[in-house]
Amino acid sequence: MKQVKHRNSASKILILGTVFLFTFLNPVFGQDEAAADTAAATEAASGGDVAKGEELFKSLCAACHKRYKKMTGPALFGVADKYDREWIYSWVKNSAAMIAAGDPQAVAIYEEYNKTAMNAFPQLSNTDIDNILAYVMVPKSPPSTPVPGMETQAVSGGNGVSTDVILGILALVFAMLMVVLYLVNKTLRSFAEANNVELAVSEPRTPIWKAFIQNQFLVLVTAIFLLLASGYFVYGYFMQVGIDQGYAPIQPIHYSHRIHAGENQIECKYCHSSARVSKHSGIPSLNVCMNCHKSISEVAETTATEDYSKEFYDGEIKKLYKAVGWDEASQSYTGKTEPVKWVRIHNLPDFAYFNHSQHVSVAGVECQTCHGPVEEMEIMYQHAPLTMGWCINCHRETNVQVADNKYYEKIHKELSKKYGVDKLTAAQMGGLECGKCHY
Amino acid sequence: MSSNKKYWKSVEELNENSSIVETLQQNEFVQEIPTDEFLGDKSSLESSSTTRRDFLKYVGFSTAAATLAACEGPVKKSIPYVVQPERIVPGVANYYATTIADGFDFASVLIKTREGRPIKVENNNLAASNGDANARVNASVLSLYDSSRLQGPKKGGEDISWETLDKEVGAKLNSLGGKQIVLLTQTFASPSTSKLISEFKAKYQNVNHVVYDAVSESEALDAYQMMYGERALADYDFGKVDTIVSVGADFLGDWQGGGYDSGYAQGRVPKNGKMSKHIQFESNMSLTGANADKRVPVAPSQQKQVLSALYAYVTGSGSKSSLDADLDAQVVKAAKSIQKAGRNAVVVSGIQDVDAQLVVLAINKAINSKAFNESTPRTIRQGNAKAVSQLVKDMNAGRVGALLIVGVNPAYTLPNAAEFKSGLEKVDLSVGFSMHDDETASLCTYIATTPHYLESWGDVEMKKGSYSLTQPTIRPLFDTRQFQETLLNWTGNTASYHDYIKSAWTGILGGNSWSQALHDGVLVAPALPKQELVDAIAAPEGDVVEGEEVPVTTGPDVGAAARRLSIAKANGMELTLYTKTAMGDGQQASNPWLQEMPDPITRASWDNYLTVSRADAEQLGLTNENEANGALNGSYAKVTVGGAEAVVPVIIQPGQAKGSVGLALGYGKTKGLKEEMMVGVNAYPFYQNLNAVQEVSVVAAEGVHEFACVQLHNTLMGRGDIVKETTLEIFNTKDKHVWNAIPEVSKNHIEYEVTSPEVDLWDEFDRSVGHHFNLSIDLNACTGCGACVIACHAENNVPVVGKSEVRRSRDMHWLRIDRYYSSQDSFESDNEKKDNIAGLGSSLSEFGEMESASDNPQVVFQPVMCQHCNHAPCETVCPVAATSHGRQGQNHMAYNRCVGTRYCANNCPYKVRRFNWFLYNNNDEFDYNMNNDLGRMVINPDVTVRSRGVMEKCSMCIQMTQKTILDAKREGRMVKDGEFQTACSAACSSGAMIFGDINDKDSKVAKLKEDNRMYHLLEHVGTKPNVMYQTKVRNTTEA
Repeated sequence: MKQVKHRNSASKILILGTVFLFTFLNPVFGQDEAAADTAAATEAASGGDVAKGEELFKSLCAACHKRYKKMTGPALFGVADKYDREWIYSWVKNSAAMIAAGDPQAVAIYEEYNKTAMNAFPQLSNTDIDNILAYVMVPKSPPSTPVPGMETQAVSGGNGVSTDVILGILALVFAMLMVVLYLVNKTLRSFAEANNVELAVSEPRTPIWKAFIQNQFLVLVTAIFLLLASGYFVYGYFMQVGIDQGYAPIQPIHYSHRIHAGENQIECKYCHSSARVSKHSGIPSLNVCMNCHKSISEVAETTATEDYSKEFYDGEIKKLYKAVGWDEASQSYTGKTEPVKWVRIHNLPDFAYFNHSQHVSVAGVECQTCHGPVEEMEIMYQHAPLTMGWCINCHRETNVQVADNKYYEKIHKELSKKYGVDKLTAAQMGGLECGKCHY
Repeated sequence: MSSNKKYWKSVEELNENSSIVETLQQNEFVQEIPTDEFLGDKSSLESSSTTRRDFLKYVGFSTAAATLAACEGPVKKSIPYVVQPERIVPGVANYYATTIADGFDFASVLIKTREGRPIKVENNNLAASNGDANARVNASVLSLYDSSRLQGPKKGGEDISWETLDKEVGAKLNSLGGKQIVLLTQTFASPSTSKLISEFKAKYQNVNHVVYDAVSESEALDAYQMMYGERALADYDFGKVDTIVSVGADFLGDWQGGGYDSGYAQGRVPKNGKMSKHIQFESNMSLTGANADKRVPVAPSQQKQVLSALYAYVTGSGSKSSLDADLDAQVVKAAKSIQKAGRNAVVVSGIQDVDAQLVVLAINKAINSKAFNESTPRTIRQGNAKAVSQLVKDMNAGRVGALLIVGVNPAYTLPNAAEFKSGLEKVDLSVGFSMHDDETASLCTYIATTPHYLESWGDVEMKKGSYSLTQPTIRPLFDTRQFQETLLNWTGNTASYHDYIKSAWTGILGGNSWSQALHDGVLVAPALPKQELVDAIAAPEGDVVEGEEVPVTTGPDVGAAARRLSIAKANGMELTLYTKTAMGDGQQASNPWLQEMPDPITRASWDNYLTVSRADAEQLGLTNENEANGALNGSYAKVTVGGAEAVVPVIIQPGQAKGSVGLALGYGKTKGLKEEMMVGVNAYPFYQNLNAVQEVSVVAAEGVHEFACVQLHNTLMGRGDIVKETTLEIFNTKDKHVWNAIPEVSKNHIEYEVTSPEVDLWDEFDRSVGHHFNLSIDLNACTGCGACVIACHAENNVPVVGKSEVRRSRDMHWLRIDRYYSSQDSFESDNEKKDNIAGLGSSLSEFGEMESASDNPQVVFQPVMCQHCNHAPCETVCPVAATSHGRQGQNHMAYNRCVGTRYCANNCPYKVRRFNWFLYNNNDEFDYNMNNDLGRMVINPDVTVRSRGVMEKCSMCIQMTQKTILDAKREGRMVKDGEFQTACSAACSSGAMIFGDINDKDSKVAKLKEDNRMYHLLEHVGTKPNVMYQTKVRNTTEA
């Protein structure tokens, strides 16, 4: 009876928890609708097409402007209220002329933003500008405030229940079972005693370990097995010494290849440009980061994941700004820099010479061949073992890209005659010789 | 007939009673292995509580512990630039053309930089007329990373700021009360600096500019001025003539600024049956004498007589010679050669005497020598010995208010340094412009620390009309400021020196672009400079000393000069001071590469020494002996010149003229460098009146000196075919088989050439596919200058091991230049004598006699590096296959695979493998460049730094050939001939080393392989090397 009771209570907790969780999941979906509503409201008020405006804004203005934040140019939210519409039209079409003409408002802006002239957009019609204004006048949607009760849900809700709790419950159940069994056994014995039923007494047998020791053949087989097994494991242990496959150190700035190479499809060699011409792939200097991050000071809401919030990513961009000495407020370099001390992941020993350009430019090997699915890596790790066997294996299997390379013309003709094949592997080209990598 | 001369490597080998040579030939271990040291002491062995078993346990545990501890890899940091300079790509070298002009060495060079660090000096091929990078210039990049450099301006040993220095010095310069300001400088030969100094003079009225060359050419300058009205040095092109007679001029060394070897070498390679003939009269065995076809050892005073006689014979005027008959005959022969050659002859002399230099100029004028170019005199020596001695007098008389010392170290280099020092105390203001806290700078009130030339701007006019530029290749490492910047500041000019040069060059550039000139480093076609600049440049550097004779306008009396020469006499021994190939005037004494570079002639490193002839040594009781381990020991001698005396170690030098001794300048520095580098004896106190020839008394002194000489190890006694040599006559008239026969072996009673596949033990690989690298070394063109040795050091991270290790034959040079002396001075008598030897008795006595003749040997230089044998003996004995052969002909060495058995070195017939007996980098026990952070900046990142216990050797610069191939692959093109280079072939300015791909049938090296002169070292061993030599041809034809 007791057991049943227990089972009941455990499942009850689970069911209750699940129900509790689903109860609170609803309010989260309401947010987007609210934003769409505000946009529609603005549209009605200003008489512009927000969707078209967004498109134009992103293609023309976003390099220097943001809606709610100062960048190279001012934040544009509210700009339609601040200035006269006609003034805005002429400013957008040719701001330099206005400054030259001495328009006081124009000169004031020009002075405020370090005399950075705004590009002229004579191609925009007044309707286009209206559309853009409609887009920039959309008020900022309120941040998604956590609904009260969410925190409690995390603790008590089904998904939120930690494995510890489940394990604890299971342990309790087992303990109960044991107690019950013991009690049942005891009760039965007492019944047997009371009824004078004779219980069979088993004869003491030779303990199994003694039997094992007495069987010499078994001992020998086991010993051999153990020796072989330990040999296997010791060998395995020693062979992995110095191999750091999977090495994923914590970097001073949480740089996500997933966001850059994956989501944003930035070509590897845009940042690691020296891989094309040099033996080093090169860690990009911070000015390369700033090519984009001058205008990208925060990530989009959608970039955030379960593990890393938007605030976290924005904080990492701030780290970059600090390192490179970029003052966001004044949109200028302060000159105070703190070079970033990245932890090097792919380490070849000094006695091995590896040249990226040979592989990337000449052989046309994809970066992913050795570095793995970098575009999926939130945290960069060492994909390949980087052992000599791994190098050699690839050299044996990979064909040399001889097409359209005048260098290979003669040697390819001679070698293919020699080996009687049309395609040559790197090994046949001499890629296994010691001195090609060790000097 | 082939020349079967016997070559020997050391005087010791000539000594028939020497057991050492025999011991060395037979014993692998020259010393007993000292087992007694740890097994002999019975009592302590017994009392020890550690038993053998315990010991093994400890070893086991500690090995296991060490293994486990080593499992954790270190965390490596990578720090990229914040803002990456546009032109720097990590891993790709940048090259900058610049110019070294340190007052002694002048050359236009190309600097290789990696990640902004200069790491190697290379020849600037655009600079055809501006000298080539010699060994010192090649090594100068290491002097940049010298940890003993000063790091900022100083006052009385305390650091001060530049502002304070400027303020204090400026104030003092203005309050000297009429006393003169003296600029004591090196030779700049810099148009802009001349202009700047004249501006400085204009600002401070009483400025006196004294130019001082530590190693003086003052007399040659004076003579040239008397003859041509311009204080400069004659410029010669030895490639244009076919007869060269030198009387005491070491023109392949540092004579009149050096840089003549490439021209000389051009004429030395036989072309169409012709090559130049070179006759040398000299007292010390110099590099030039060693290269001569005919070398006559003559004591210095006799050289004057020789020159006077030569003048008489050539011009048919002047006095009759008072020389003894033998010498006179030699002079007559030389004179005949000159007369026969006519315009195609040249005479040069290194005698520091105005008369001698006048006579030389007169002879060249008389024969109208093609080699002499009157329109482009050299301006790279401007020193005025008289002005310097006047300055020392003025200083002691208290007439000097301020002394600015730039680029010179008179407290070390002046013979009267003590007087100079006492005079310096009487000077109100002294400022030393120096990189080191050296003898002079440390005595100055202020040290205005200067940067290295690789951190500086500058311009040089080495010859009239040949301009070159110096540009920084790295931001100054320390808080330094170059002299010109400081002078600009003191003259109140706010322009930077860079801008100043640029504006000064507007005239020089003519229509050329500044950027192009800076890119090239040289100005190939100079336009006529503007008038004001002409004046600034034409004005001789330094001021005319009062009372100095005004140059004779009517032309000097050469006849009288020759007469004065003919009566020159010597009382007793004569000392000739010279500069060594490695050390020069001693400016780079703190450079470990140069210290460890063996002298081309004596093959001794880390030392200077008195070179004495065999006869004189016997008379004076001076000896050279070899220790059981092959190391050279020498007696000491007390040398006295005038009031100066020093105890100097002695080397008995074959070829040294009897009655003369030699001693190198540039050693024995005691300040501003590490203790390891304070080697040798300072010979400058003997350099009285800045004259290299001095009367001297030499007596034997107590003690034995231990040399670090690479001379006796790896003996080749009894093994012929090392250096093949013939005469021009035989070369021209006889078949190749006579003078360059391939050795033969007999198989089935048929003689086969050893290169024939018939007698090959091995299966030949197909080497016709891809590249096949070969290196050709022309023994005719090689002058033994050693630039390749240093270039190899720089390119391949070869460690410096220090004097005591070199003495133990543990030098690490991948490339050595063997120097062999011949045992007889005439081929015919040598051969005849050998041919006539018959029977045991005769061979015993006559071989002995032949070996004893060493008074005036012929000399051969033979660069030897790994021969990259196609049938390499080293590869077959390596138990771990650490050394193996590549298809491209290179013998690979995988350091990480090597376990250090040294079988390969034992099995190498050429003895070119080097073993790392110690860890030479990051090791407290050594204090050279690889043992401090600054010095390690010179390391080539493409080449592994070897660790202890591995073998290393020449890789035929595989990192360079691989890079050339990769560049071609990336650009999708074939490799052109001449693109493939090794460090040594690129550094070789004489064209002796040619590297390339023999599978490219049109390449130079492929043609050289088919040349009649081609042979391989130890051909009979059958190793089939990829390094080949071109037989040396000596021009013994007489006029």
